[in-house]
Amino acid sequence: MDKQRRKFLTIAGASVLAGIGAPAIIKLTSSDAVASSGGHEAAAGHGAAPAAAGHGAEAPQGVRLGMVIDMRKMADLPGQLDGAIAACIKTHNIPEFPDTKNEIKWLWKAPFENVFLDHSSYHSSKRVATTPFPALCNHCDDPPCVRACPTKATFRIPQNGIVAMDFHRCIGCRFCMAACPYGARSFNWQDPRPYIKKYNADFPSRMKGVVEKCNFCGERLALGQEPACVEACKGTGAITFGDLNDPKSEVRQVLDSEFTIQRKTNLGTKPSVFYIV
Amino acid sequence: MYNKGTIIPGLALFVLFVTFPIWFNGLTTAGDLPKPELPPGGEKQCVMPADYMRANHMRLLNEWRDDVLRDGNREILEIDGKTYRKGLQMACMECHSKKEKFCDSCHIYAAVEPYCWDCHLTPTEAASKEAIH
Repeated sequence: MDKQRRKFLTIAGASVLAGIGAPAIIKLTSSDAVASSGGHEAAAGHGAAPAAAGHGAEAPQGVRLGMVIDMRKMADLPGQLDGAIAACIKTHNIPEFPDTKNEIKWLWKAPFENVFLDHSSYHSSKRVATTPFPALCNHCDDPPCVRACPTKATFRIPQNGIVAMDFHRCIGCRFCMAACPYGARSFNWQDPRPYIKKYNADFPSRMKGVVEKCNFCGERLALGQEPACVEACKGTGAITFGDLNDPKSEVRQVLDSEFTIQRKTNLGTKPSVFYIV
Repeated sequence: MYNKGTIIPGLALFVLFVTFPIWFNGLTTAGDLPKPELPPGGEKQCVMPADYMRANHMRLLNEWRDDVLRDGNREILEIDGKTYRKGLQMACMECHSKKEKFCDSCHIYAAVEPYCWDCHLTPTEAASKEAIH
């Protein structure tokens, strides 16, 4: 009896040790094997990947619509940003709630230090310090809001790079609002209709419980028109709109000749809206 | 027969009660088939034949919605020389400009409450606040 018990305990103990130890040993030996056999490939792969995902050149694929906002020209004509915002509101039946906590923002004004949090505004030029900056959805190439959306109500249109919304699908969970690093999404806390000043009969309104944001005027682009804000600033060159992937487009001409900055590039969202400060 | 005085009127009442849907529909207009008002502008042509539209308009609207919003396919349809932009407000309501007399007539009869109008504007609503187009 005693002998049998001792035998049982020995076997059981050895099995437990083997059970715990085996995965660790397999892990150690397998990583060794990878390191010794495919070391070169692994190193090369690791070296190349971050460069492609980071700030290096991206291989352009198809159309990617983007925008350059020239703050020098914006500051020259202080009223034009208000005009652009008014045009946006009119075009998209955006409600204007008296209380800013309910505010619906597609295109809005914010000071430099709020728009460019990671840029120093210490001793910034007078123009930068006093001119309100336009902020809008950046139509990111890698949009975090799209990843967060549980119903695919928001998605990136592959044909033109617009981060669009299907309001029919939005369940109002506001995950996208938490995910968007630019605060470009707004939630309808109440029925927006009483607060819409003028209706555009070609565009719907939204209902209570739906998130909304700038759509780069997808519906106007389809008719061959420019986005409402671009049209409102026409002639001043304050906003340039076009295909970032087309080397001959007007936006690319501006991007090629001017130094531009983007919002929160360190997050890797690859925004499509550029600013000349 | 016992209790003749109670049973016969009782039976008559019972039959009257059970056949209520039949005689109620016959005597009142509640059972009449709805007659949706045709476009006030006199348009006779739709994007699809009337039979198809009667049965499948909701399916077509869903297809258009997916085309326009999801697939970015906002092509303007041309049917018998007339152009239509895909959309409830942009195509349907252009001709059927009285939602209350057209859409509602059948929807109320069939007791369906589509939520289109939670967001989409009826021509009446759109005109109520100085349309810009």
